[in-house]
Amino acid sequence: MWRWLHPYAKPETVYHLLGRWLPWVAGTATLMLAAGMVWGLAFAPADYQQGDSYRIIFVHVPTAMLSMSLYVGLALSALIGRVWQLKMADWALSAIAPVGLTFTFISLVTGAIWGKPMWGTWWEWDARLTSQLILLFLYIGVLALYHAFSDNRSGAKAAGILAMVGVINIPIIRYSVEWWNTLHQGSTLTVFERPPMANSMLVPLLVSILGFSLLAASLIFQRMRNEILRQELRRPWVKQELAELATQQPAMKEQS
Amino acid sequence: MNSASNWQAFRAVMRRDLMVVMRRRSDILNPLLFILMVVSLFPLAVGPGPDILGRIAAGVIWVAALLSALLGSERLFRDDFLDGSLEQLTLLPQPLALLAAAKVVVHWLLSGLPLVILAPLCALLLKLPLQAWPTLVATLVVGTPILSAVTAIGAALTVSLGRGGALLSLLLLPLFIPLLIFASGAVEASLVGTAAWPQVLLLGGLSLLTLLLAPFAVAAAIRVSVN
Amino acid sequence: MSTLLTVKQLVSQRAGRTLFADLSFDLQRGDVLHIEGVNGAGKSTLLRALVGLVQLQAGDIRYFPESALPTDANDWRQQVLFLGHKPGVKAELTALENVSLQAQLSGVESIEPWQLLATVGLLGLEDLPAGQLSAGQQRRIALTRLWYSQAPLWILDEPFTALDTDGIELLQQRFAEHTAAGGAIILTSHQPLTWQPTRLQRLRITGGDE
Repeated sequence: MWRWLHPYAKPETVYHLLGRWLPWVAGTATLMLAAGMVWGLAFAPADYQQGDSYRIIFVHVPTAMLSMSLYVGLALSALIGRVWQLKMADWALSAIAPVGLTFTFISLVTGAIWGKPMWGTWWEWDARLTSQLILLFLYIGVLALYHAFSDNRSGAKAAGILAMVGVINIPIIRYSVEWWNTLHQGSTLTVFERPPMANSMLVPLLVSILGFSLLAASLIFQRMRNEILRQELRRPWVKQELAELATQQPAMKEQS
Repeated sequence: MNSASNWQAFRAVMRRDLMVVMRRRSDILNPLLFILMVVSLFPLAVGPGPDILGRIAAGVIWVAALLSALLGSERLFRDDFLDGSLEQLTLLPQPLALLAAAKVVVHWLLSGLPLVILAPLCALLLKLPLQAWPTLVATLVVGTPILSAVTAIGAALTVSLGRGGALLSLLLLPLFIPLLIFASGAVEASLVGTAAWPQVLLLGGLSLLTLLLAPFAVAAAIRVSVN
Repeated sequence: MSTLLTVKQLVSQRAGRTLFADLSFDLQRGDVLHIEGVNGAGKSTLLRALVGLVQLQAGDIRYFPESALPTDANDWRQQVLFLGHKPGVKAELTALENVSLQAQLSGVESIEPWQLLATVGLLGLEDLPAGQLSAGQQRRIALTRLWYSQAPLWILDEPFTALDTDGIELLQQRFAEHTAAGGAIILTSHQPLTWQPTRLQRLRITGGDE
């Protein structure tokens, strides 16, 4: 009655499931990204105000969107891990966080690069950029806490608690930064809030967003598979798996 | 558990923490002296002219408050963790979140409240115009509980790590940004003569929300740390 | 209502190493369970898991399995007293203050702190900060809980550590009283017990040397 501890989802099953999905997701991601990039960078019309410099949105917008949703995903998996005592959900944290951090970083850098032709400066304390910078800090905090623990399980739990605290804070941070921005800057360049986009730009943008989402998914799948292997290293099924891999790839066998 | 025993345990935790800190008064004094020194460094760094000092006063006082909160945060759980009291707290039949709340209250009494009392002196040193003083004190009254509560989450998460300091600031400072923005915004509003109460009310709301939710996060963090 | 605790098929793994697997036992009123094993075998892990401080990979732990009502988490916490490695004594407070505050936290109002201190042989030291006392004396402060606790089940991790022979003797007398009154004790200890409990179970944890 007090507590039943048993894994609801078997790591082995999840490992194989992700392995089956991975080629498809990664393949589609490659196709979509290629299509979106070529279309957006070469064929979409130039902007009448910003010329060709707007084309960075085909990287900036997808990564910025995903950086946010990945953080929410992080907190959700932490919540699931807490409520249902699912260790797999705890492991997902370490699979998602570095991907989210990278996307946040890319969106910050592309935002700054875009700022150069628009504002004439690499960094402007614009509300969106500032929020994104704070999101980067939140990611860094989660990862730093995770790695500070020598025991991965405690690290994942602690980082999960922090991610949940962070996700409650994100709307408050966004709101406060917006408010702060209007307080300190009378005129904001509304680069990011533009009139509705022409379809010739919007469609390649949507393709890129889909491509980046699938890229994130395939990165997370692969990281999750690695994490499962690392956590279950001493289980018989992993040893069997590795033995099979070794027979398939003679090179690996020679090494071991 | 009935509420009488909950209340009794709450008081017992508070009494013990207060007694312990009273035996080590330097723990209370040092963060306050730290704030005073940071505040007095600014006139030396940017020049003593009243225009510039008055404009940055609220920001400086609040940043100093954040830093001093981090400075004093280790004592929240570190000793309890090392001597085993924390583990005993988690084993009491009373909800751990409640006991965590007691520790947050003690932390506020010994770090937030003195800061509120110290605020006029800081305002004086930084030549904050008199009309903004009430707002500064008001933001400190409603804002310092957020400091104590959120600091407690970070302290509980890092208590078992032994080398919490820098990591703790990494975790906590981003979470303090709304507090910093609204608090210094309120003081600025009263400096330019517009109403400051909307920001103060907003801070009050945030404070209540934090005090309501933070104890549960602290409790969860303690359970991870004593593992 | 004589079974206090049923433990079934506990599994503990740490860093990929199995500390114990398929560990099961029952504890009746009046029982003493002596858990033995070398350093690092997982004795403390087992005790901490029993009170929920550590989560194990698998297994089932039930307090009062015979009671008709489901026992919720807070209920059993009142019935179990756990003392770990660390005494939980505040170095800044005096022995007397430590004893009274401990009692208040445990929800016990009517204790005689002076009498308790006399019982554990700390009279005359009550005004010194506990930090200035020896490890054994601090241990005695922590152990005063055993003299007023109402919990039928005591779970004690190395209770004899740092105690002198008199202290060990005193503690074992108290254990005997407790079991005679229908209580049960789970303890770890490197020293053999000099006292012979009427119903002693021994459990050896090998610590992964399967």
